[in-house]
This record gives sequence, C-alpha cells and structure tokens, in this order.
Amino acid sequence: MERFTRHTGIGVPLRRNNVDTDQIIPAAYLKRVTRDGFEDGLFAAWRNDPSFVLNRKPYDAGSVLVAGPDFGTGSSREHAVWALQNYGFKAVISPRFGDIFRGNSGKAGLLAAQVDEKVVQRLWDLLESQPGASVTVDLESRTVKAGDGVDAIEDSFDIDDYTRWRLLEGLDDIGITLSHEAEIVAFEASRPSFKPATL
Amino acid sequence: MGKTLAEKVWDEHVVRSGDGEPDLLFIDLHLIHEVTSPQAFEGLRLAGRQVRRPDLTLATEDHNVPTLDWDKPIADPVSRTQVETLRRNAEEFGVRLHPLGDLDQGIVHIIGPQLGLTQPGMTIVCGDSHTSTHGAFGALAFGIGTSEVEHVLATQTLPQARPKTMAVTVNGALPEGVTAKDLVLTLIAHTGTGGGQGYVVEYRGPAIEALSMEGRMTVCNMSVEWGAKAGLIAPDQKTLDYLKGRKEAPQGEEWDAAVAYWQTLVTDDDVVFDEEIVLDASTMTPFVTWGTNPGQGVPLGASVPSPDQFDDANDKIAAEKALEYMGLQAGTPMREIKVDTVFVGSCTNGRIEDLRLAAQIIEGRHVADRTRLLVVPGSARVRLQAEDEGLDVIFKEAGAEWRGAGCSMCLGMNPDQLAPGERSASTSNRNFEGRQGKGGRTHLVSVPVAAATAVRGTLSTPADLEPFEARRPAPQDKAE
Repeated sequence: MERFTRHTGIGVPLRRNNVDTDQIIPAAYLKRVTRDGFEDGLFAAWRNDPSFVLNRKPYDAGSVLVAGPDFGTGSSREHAVWALQNYGFKAVISPRFGDIFRGNSGKAGLLAAQVDEKVVQRLWDLLESQPGASVTVDLESRTVKAGDGVDAIEDSFDIDDYTRWRLLEGLDDIGITLSHEAEIVAFEASRPSFKPATL
Repeated sequence: MGKTLAEKVWDEHVVRSGDGEPDLLFIDLHLIHEVTSPQAFEGLRLAGRQVRRPDLTLATEDHNVPTLDWDKPIADPVSRTQVETLRRNAEEFGVRLHPLGDLDQGIVHIIGPQLGLTQPGMTIVCGDSHTSTHGAFGALAFGIGTSEVEHVLATQTLPQARPKTMAVTVNGALPEGVTAKDLVLTLIAHTGTGGGQGYVVEYRGPAIEALSMEGRMTVCNMSVEWGAKAGLIAPDQKTLDYLKGRKEAPQGEEWDAAVAYWQTLVTDDDVVFDEEIVLDASTMTPFVTWGTNPGQGVPLGASVPSPDQFDDANDKIAAEKALEYMGLQAGTPMREIKVDTVFVGSCTNGRIEDLRLAAQIIEGRHVADRTRLLVVPGSARVRLQAEDEGLDVIFKEAGAEWRGAGCSMCLGMNPDQLAPGERSASTSNRNFEGRQGKGGRTHLVSVPVAAATAVRGTLSTPADLEPFEARRPAPQDKAE
C-alpha cells in the first residue's frame, strides 16, 4: 500500500447525509473481478443528473469528498472505496462513517477523516461559494485545512491511531499478522474439538 | 464485574492483544460468495499465499445467480465470469463450494444455520454486511470488506478494535400478527441508521426470547441497518433444539461438550452495558418504510410523514429527498399506496417459516391485477421443503412466480429487478435508492404485510383481507 501523509486537492461538496454504499456504487457495477475500473459506477444514478456535483467543472477533477453524516452505511462492498479511488479521490470527510466502509478505507488506502458536523457545513459553504477551492488533509497532524483569510477553515479530524500508523507507513496488514504466526499456531492448538469444520 | 455475552465470545477468540494495537481475533467460520471474493483470491495469488484454513471456509453462489433457468449456464456473461471465477478459486485453493444446482446452495446466511455450521460462541465473518444474521445463535458475526476477506483467507484471523456494548431490551409480547420484522423496523425508526455505530448489540428481554430462531435471525440480520457492528442473542433451549441433529452440528459426546460451553454464553447479572435501549413489544404494530433508508418507517396505519415533522435539519432534507425519489405526498395514508411488485425472500425473510406464513395468507386468494408476486426461497433446501409441503402450488395457483434460490431482488444484481418508477413491497432489508433496480421504489415490510399487499395491490395487513374459510394449518417440520 502507498504511504499517505498529506494530500491537497479540489474539494467536492456532497450535500447529502446517509449516503449508503448502494449509492456510491450500485450492485449492477459489482461484477468485475479486478480492483480497477469501478469509476464508471461511482454515484452512477446521480451522475445521470447534469447538475450533480461531479458533472460540473471544476468539481469533476476533485479528490477530497466532503459528505454529510452516515457516509458509507449499508452493504460491505469494498467496491465503494475502490470506485472513489478509481475516480481519483484520496480522502473523504464526514461527521460519521459506516463502520465497514471506514474499515475498508483504511485497508485500501483511502483516508476517511471524521470531523465535527459544523466543519462539514463550513466546508460545504466554502466549496460552493468558491468552486475549485482546495482542501488539505494532513494525516500527520490530523488536520483539515481550506480557504484563506477570514474564510479559512482549520480543524482536527479523528482517525484511530492504528489505522493512521498503517497509512503513514504504508503497511500491509496481512504481513503484520503473519509476523505473529507462532501465536496463531498456539491458539489453533487450543481450540475445542467440538467446533465445526467444513472439510 | 462480569462480562456481556459478546465480551465472552470476543475474549475466547483473542489470539494476541497489545497496547496501541487492535485485538487479533481468531475466526471460526469464514463464509464466501462470488461478489466480494475474487479480488481477495487474486491478492493471495499475487503474494504467493495459501488459504490457511480451508477447513474453516465455505463458499456458495448467491448474489449474482439467476432464479429462472438456474439449471442452465448463466446468460449474463459478466455474472457468469464472476461465478466461474469463484469456482476456479475454490478448486485452486481447496475451498468447499456449494454451487448453483447443488442441494446446499443458497443465500450464504441461510445455509450456515441450515447446515448446523452456525453455532453459539463462534466468530463468523463474510464479505457481506448481513453476516450479523448468525448472531441469532449467540455467535459474534459481522460483515467485512474484500481486503479483510483476503486477510482471513491468509491468516484465519482479523485485527479488530474492541467495540462498545449495547443492550436492546424488548419487554412485553408482540401482538398477534406483528412479527420480528416489525419489531426490528420499529427499532431502526427509533435509533436512525447510525444509532448503533460502534456497538455490538445484544437483543434480550421476553419479546426476544419468545421469537423463533427464524425470527431471531430476522432481527439480528438487520442490526447493520442501524449501524451496529453485530447483533446477538443468548443461546437457549430453542437454539439447542434448532441445532440438534443438523448435518454439521456436533454429535454424541461432542454435542454434550458443546452444550456445556454454550450454556455459559449469557451476559452476567452484574454487567453494565455502555448503552441500553428499552422497547415495549406490546405497543408495536405492522411497520413499513416510506423513505429511502431503513430508519424512515411508520406504522402501516399511519400516513406518509411531512419533512416539517423532523426537527433535525439533516433529517428534514433527507425526508424531502426521499419523498421526491419515492414519488409520495406527505399525508397520504400508507394503506393507499399502490404496489406493483411484491418480493418475498432474502436473508431477512427467505426461510421456510417465512414461506409457510406467506402461503397461509395467500392460499385460496389471488394476486391483485397489475401486481406481481415474486417468491424466492433463501436456499435450494428451502425450495425443496416448500415444494414437499405444496407451498409452491399455493403460490402458483394464486398467480405468483415461484423461483430458484438466491439473493434475487433484494439487491437486483441478477435479472430480478424493478423497472424505473416501479414500486415494491419487499421482505428484504434495504430500501436504498435503486437498490432493487435503477429508479425502483422499495417499501420494506414483514411477510404477512407482503402477502396481504400482493392480494390487495396496496400496502395491507392480513386483517384488511376478506375472510377466507378454508385455511390450512401451518405444517411444523424443520427445513431439513
């Protein structure tokens, strides 16, 4: 996985709450057997609407998505994360994420930055009044920044320490776990015999 | 201080815990299907890794499979490629697979319990958010993403941050005709879709204890719809009765040892949960959704709410958007909403008990003009059991379509989809925009409401139907 330290890019205001993963990528787009090529499915239903934010310049070149609470609820499909990444997003900012989506983001290298709802409101206002404005997410200092002068926004975001460390180091989770092989073997030896097996 | 049921199961599975790192949990059962596994197997291949414990892994085909002509090659080439990829991966990595056409094929969350593989005190994961279903047996079961699927395949473990604990205590008794589905829809309307976020939830209290295992699975199934990581129910005599004699349940002395362990799986009396919700089942009524998330629901006897009724600004906007998408006017009585398609099936309500209940209401009646009723068994064995009991004949005589097993219209990944603007009453779990087909409008309902709605063509309960004399008694057999 690539290291993530800091990213600056065009902010995209998605003024919606409860954006479930079926909205991020509908089931019809989940049939690919690779991790790429999902960008066409990203917000597929909404992208039929010419006024949808990603159909408007300069938002279409955005890389930091700013969404309302409960982003990524519902289906566990990691394709939602891949679709955002395949499109070009590096970070999503929201006051609350679906658990599985947040976990998937951390594994796949998309930054899910949890901020106060007021910060999202201010970012929305800024990004709508100044289309193309940049947002910076800094994982080392856990801060989000946007705007200049009196409109400047700077606040902290939440991410759990372990995910932050893994993203900063670009570490492969499976590799870390396999370094604990001896402990897994010891645990396996202690499992009761009544536990079921499939073979 | 004592421990909650969830904490007991958690602690039994900690392989390693260290300061500043999540617990490494051992996974007792890993369920796999065709949609969320191909990239995980590819990851193993690229890294030169094996499946560590194929003997704790089980694959089936459910999300993408057709429910018509299921005995022929899959017509959609992209779906076929995905299913064939699973078959190749299962063979290459030595994983047991129940493919389309196999007697044990079916929705992954239906076949685990049906085989007896889902047992109390286990950790169960699957690349599917409705894995919470298995919590009905007192297992800690949750959905994971594809990177985690790869992690479990490679290591049979998962690093997991310890969740908070919550109790949902449901007192009283559900009134006649009110089901587990109504109970959980009522709960989600109360909490909202994010109310359970960060929690593992234990459902308890007299109304939960009174539910059948099937009803408990329906409740646990929808835990994720209010954001909970998992939902579980302490095992009791009903759990043991359900499991005893199933193909993959322990036998003989192993059974006795397992039961002795399972009986320890209760929350200790002196436990304080991080959060508790208390509900009264006796006030519950048939409950349906009007909007585009499972928390946007009302009693069937109520009307479509107005966005002005919501205090929270976000809820107000969400209600406006939902009404627009659903093509509904505030103030319309829910009972006057006309439905084009009724779907009975899914991991929420696709078990034999659900089909019996639907058949009991449908028998001798007919599906309304311009309404279609799709009945999709949750597994091949549920289909065969229903056919043994003659339920398929009842459905077909009423004008319903009787299909093969799979996820079907719950997520519309196969050809079973709503057309744009088409409205459904669905026993499934999600009413998200486009969930059942692009532009489709979904009302989540219980099985009795689905059946009555199919007959009347508008959202209805069995009490709305004309009396029908020749009711047959519901058969009592198990699903196997």
